Amino acid sequence: MRTIIFRFTAPYLTALMLLFSIFVLLRGHNEPGGGFIGGLIAASAFAIYGIACGVAPVRRALYFHPMAIAAAGLCFAVAAGIVSIFAGTGFMTGLWVFPKIFGTEVALSTPMLFDIGVYLVVVGGISAIALALEERESD
Amino acid sequence: METALSVVVGCLFAVALYLLLSKHIIRMLLGVVLLGNAVNILIFTAGRVASVAPPLVPKGAEMPLSAVANPLPQALILTAIVISFSFFAFLLVLAYRAYQDLGTDDTDQMRVAEPENDGLPPLGY
Amino acid sequence: MAQIEATTGGTLALALPFIAAALAPIFKRLFKHHAAWILALAPALAFAILFSFLPSIANGGVIQFGYDWIPAFDIRFSFRIDGLASTFALLITGIGTLIVLYSGGYLQGHRDQERFFSFILMFMGSMLGLVLADDLMTLFVYWELTSITSFLLIGFDHDREKARRGAIQALAITGGGGLALLAGFILIRELAGFNSMSEILAAGDALRTSPYYTAIFFLVLAGAFTKSAQMPFHVWLPNAMEAPTPVSAYLHSATMVKAGVYLLLRMQPALGDTALWTTILPIFGAVTLVMGALLAVRATDIKITLAYTTVSSLGLLVMLIGVGTEGAIEGAVLYLIAHSLFKGGLFMVAGSVDHGAHTREIDRLGGLAKHMPITFVAALFCAFSMGGVTPFIGFLAKETLYHALEQGDAYHVALMASAILGNALMFAAAFIVALKPFVGKLPAAIHHPHEGALTIWLGPIVLGALSLLGALFYGTYHSLFSSPMASAAIGKPVAIDIGWMPHLNLAFALSMATIALGIAIYLGSNGLRRATNRVLDAIGWGPDRGFDQAMRGLLRVSFWITRRLQSGRLDYYMTVTVIAMVAALFVPMIVGKALPVAPEMPQLRFYEWLVLVLILVGIVAVVIAKNRLTAIVSLGIQGFAVALIFMLLGAPDLSFTQFMVETLSVVILALVMTRLKLSPADHRPWRETLPDAAIAAAGGAGFGLFLLSITQRPFDPLLSSFFERYSYAIAHGHNIVNVIIVDFRGVDTMGEIAVVMTTGLAVLALIRIRVAKRNRPLPDPTEATP
Repeated sequence: MRTIIFRFTAPYLTALMLLFSIFVLLRGHNEPGGGFIGGLIAASAFAIYGIACGVAPVRRALYFHPMAIAAAGLCFAVAAGIVSIFAGTGFMTGLWVFPKIFGTEVALSTPMLFDIGVYLVVVGGISAIALALEERESD
Repeated sequence: METALSVVVGCLFAVALYLLLSKHIIRMLLGVVLLGNAVNILIFTAGRVASVAPPLVPKGAEMPLSAVANPLPQALILTAIVISFSFFAFLLVLAYRAYQDLGTDDTDQMRVAEPENDGLPPLGY
Repeated sequence: MAQIEATTGGTLALALPFIAAALAPIFKRLFKHHAAWILALAPALAFAILFSFLPSIANGGVIQFGYDWIPAFDIRFSFRIDGLASTFALLITGIGTLIVLYSGGYLQGHRDQERFFSFILMFMGSMLGLVLADDLMTLFVYWELTSITSFLLIGFDHDREKARRGAIQALAITGGGGLALLAGFILIRELAGFNSMSEILAAGDALRTSPYYTAIFFLVLAGAFTKSAQMPFHVWLPNAMEAPTPVSAYLHSATMVKAGVYLLLRMQPALGDTALWTTILPIFGAVTLVMGALLAVRATDIKITLAYTTVSSLGLLVMLIGVGTEGAIEGAVLYLIAHSLFKGGLFMVAGSVDHGAHTREIDRLGGLAKHMPITFVAALFCAFSMGGVTPFIGFLAKETLYHALEQGDAYHVALMASAILGNALMFAAAFIVALKPFVGKLPAAIHHPHEGALTIWLGPIVLGALSLLGALFYGTYHSLFSSPMASAAIGKPVAIDIGWMPHLNLAFALSMATIALGIAIYLGSNGLRRATNRVLDAIGWGPDRGFDQAMRGLLRVSFWITRRLQSGRLDYYMTVTVIAMVAALFVPMIVGKALPVAPEMPQLRFYEWLVLVLILVGIVAVVIAKNRLTAIVSLGIQGFAVALIFMLLGAPDLSFTQFMVETLSVVILALVMTRLKLSPADHRPWRETLPDAAIAAAGGAGFGLFLLSITQRPFDPLLSSFFERYSYAIAHGHNIVNVIIVDFRGVDTMGEIAVVMTTGLAVLALIRIRVAKRNRPLPDPTEATP
């Protein structure tokens, strides 16, 4: 599968898919998309990169171990729930703030933090599985 | 549409169960994937289907203005798809490792936990 | 003596042994074996509390207290102290105090002594609860607690297989009897309507005339006979001698084995005096009496001898309770108290001999009197009491019971004959244990025989002395202990007045005859032993071997059933599961008349038909695929077709997710399958695949019809419209599906991402783990079977 064309285009494809996955994640609350879909797109991107150029470059590019990313995601999700407790509402009750940044109103919320957690768990978990399976091929 | 999907769900279940009844791990794996799809469409159809708009609230409105698809089964299935994928990946690796260690993909020959002729347990006290 | 308030005092007395059991490990660590002195305070205090109740109880009073336990079922945690319970409780706590002290010396330096203290104190608490309990369920709980704690005590030396066997045997027999007793109690509660002993005793003839009398009788009897070791359930008692001697001295004198006798005495006013009662009890009792005594003389280990005399004494008690006349009950009560004292003492003597001379074999013992004088005196006192020699309390018991059996008919003559024979044999056994080891020449094999520490000789001498004092001061003895106990057991006030001065009458003559016969047996014990051995060898089978056979049979049956249910074949499990699923689908639909009506031909657009057909093509191709690539591609095709369905029916989120998942599935499946080098095709013959296909088709049809049936019913949009209405209003999200996932049902999603995370970890672990070669031999944890 490691044709020249594939190996040449794979990094660009991966970068584009990653960007797209973040776009899908962020618009998820109002348009089709969200953490699960975004995470899957990003995981596929890493899987493709791994198939094209080998697993080692992917691990270098990721910098963190995929399971560490997943664990961080789970922490984000739990934190998003716990913040609400300190705000005096029940666990996982959505909190919203609308600060103006450069004149544009930006919606920040705990559900969004939660969705980012979902995204990271899916990215980390699925790419850990995919990379582990790809790695064995070279053994 | 529901009628046609019921038939499709029936066929999916039949094939999935047939594959699961096989003795080869690989075929059982394929069966697990099909079973996941079958269950998802079952839930989806049970929430009623029609060719309508996705469940989105239009900008500036408080709630959907026209009929939209039922959002609840969609939320259930979305997570189910991801979970069944992880489950599938786990089973795949399990089968792979079992094949490496036991040298077979025939379930009849995988008898480490329940050996064929392990005899009576000790009769003492 | 000031009387302590009943509820507080009673509860404290009941709790004290358990509290001490919990503290035992701490005290043991702090004070080594001297902890016995502190721990013995618990039963001593309980004894003192119970003793302070005695004046009112001796006058016929009854103390009752309790707490609500499960009010919905009328189950109370309630207790009742009358003469019967009081004397029992005093024996339990009094002898218990001596036993705790004795085990402090006897097990000095044992590595698990603290565990022993805990077990024996827990057992004491259970036994105390048993005799004081009023509510039937409370009684049953304590009853089973004694079975469990005795299991722990008998199996105390758990690294010996014989001890384990004895423990399991005791648990199986007494626990099994306990279950029968539970059934009997439930019958009494549910059908006769009595919740407690007080109600049963107040009801007079109600149980006797109940149509369920026979069932209740046999169930209660099963509980009492197993606990009190009546033939053929007696086997557990001699085997329980594997326990350390303090256990035998306690369980087999005043406590455990008397629980059945207690129950029979307690229920006698309500269940007794029927043809069943007066026939079955005396027959079982008499057989147990004679056989037990014969086996006692046959044994060469003095502890085993004592164990069989206990079996024999229990037979005597059951026989007397079965006869059930006032005199017989009085005799039973006197014998019960006497037996508790002398048997506890003799067991402790046997332990002291073992401790001092390091053997219990009667042939290897002799001449210890000079070296262990205190033990010898205690042994003689107890043996005189056991042999029914005046002035010891055993004499009072024997006079009374012979007197009670003095009736002309053949039945009573037979019972009397067995009582004389049994007593004579027991007389011989008593002196085999109490005299033979102490007289004659000291065998060379015994080095430095010595008297034990104070704690070791204190118990036997106190019990021996009490056997004497009770008879000398018989007025006090009767008024405080035996008369109240007999009154409670008979159900009306009686006064026992038998003294130690013999009167010339038939009973005394029989008593003398018994002693003469006993001396003859003692002198001829070796011949009798040989004769009994020959007979037993000729029979070659006994209940003890029967127990082993039953246990092995049980194991074989359960092994056979397990093999049938768990064949170890995955396809068998799957087939059973799928068939059950098919049944679960069809049976409710057919029984509930919920089968769907025949649907009309659906009106679909061209591309919708196309997508559906694509799915069907995909799945059929998966089944018939002959190589890996076809299978994977076909799987991908049906997956993408499913994604298209989601797209067409207003679910873009699902569609995208399905696309991504299918892509990833195909990729990793391809990665693994190319390495497995296996064909996905099925190579089985038609006769195997056809039944599978039929079952699968039935499953598919079941799900299809089920779904059709659902969609033909009206739809309840309550939840869906809730989410549609509040998605933006509350959660500020336009995408309702996403709002449900991250907000409304966020906790659900959190669980699901945790699952994804766990699967990732599991996959990594599976891939990394290097499984060691499985061919190394497993260590065999079992010993050779006997």
